[in-house]
Amino acid sequence: MRAAVVTFPGSNCDRDLRVAMERVFDRPVASLWHAETELPPLDLVGLPGGFSYGDYLRCGAIAARSPIMGEIRRLARRGVAVLGICNGFQILTEAGLLPGALVRNMRLSFVCRPVRIAVATTASPFTNAYAQGQELTLPVAHHDGNYVIDPEGLARLEAEDRIAFRYLDNPNGSTADIAGVLGPQRNVLGMMPHPERACDPLLGGEDGVLLFRSLLAMLT
Amino acid sequence: MKARVAIRYRPGVLDPEARAIEKALANLGFTGVRGVARTRIIELELEAADREAAEAEVRRMSEELLANPVIETYSVTIADR
Repeated sequence: MRAAVVTFPGSNCDRDLRVAMERVFDRPVASLWHAETELPPLDLVGLPGGFSYGDYLRCGAIAARSPIMGEIRRLARRGVAVLGICNGFQILTEAGLLPGALVRNMRLSFVCRPVRIAVATTASPFTNAYAQGQELTLPVAHHDGNYVIDPEGLARLEAEDRIAFRYLDNPNGSTADIAGVLGPQRNVLGMMPHPERACDPLLGGEDGVLLFRSLLAMLT
Repeated sequence: MKARVAIRYRPGVLDPEARAIEKALANLGFTGVRGVARTRIIELELEAADREAAEAEVRRMSEELLANPVIETYSVTIADR
């Protein structure tokens, strides 16, 4: 398993994500700066949470146009797994790697608490170790996690079984309770909840561990 | 040349902030207010051979960065001078 996590200016979950991956993968995870354009061979790239570029213009908009994203796009096309969490999800939608967009939470407030979600499909490299419908508790911490997509786009996601996670108690107004979506090739996942913050019983439970175990099982 | 890009949500995309403004207006007694929408204006100066070239360039900027075509529409105005 060759994995890396990208750091953008303003990322703040990059280390947490690396630590969570390293624990499950039992090997070092590389750190990539957003300005890099030549990447080592990889099986998995993580785009972490945080506030890249201070959320200026739109959340993730400027990071989505940073130099490394051309390479991420190429990797995604080649089938490399790309995992965007929170701000990473926003970056993936802004980059056009995932459909839809993330806008201000319906009730306008920043939501920072554990939420219950259900695994909506196990047919992905990110979710295969979970059980279909398995309920998880993962933390969310976002102001702009309200997933919007037009009816045709939603119908396509549902027909293609590309909704990875759904909220059981929708914290932000997301369309169809969507908490995470897969790209057309199923190798790109964007999700608002933070699995990397739920990988230790001391810190928010362990419901996130199986996501990284799924990746380990699929990619090695 | 000076340009102005006005960016707004596409019809059908619910803007929670606009809804909050509408509600606050109602609370102040401005009843019957409908269709509150927010527009973001980005102004910039650029070098271009003529107005058409400037407009084309600003449209490209809007498509590539200033607006998110998934949820937003934009209009470009080039200032006379």
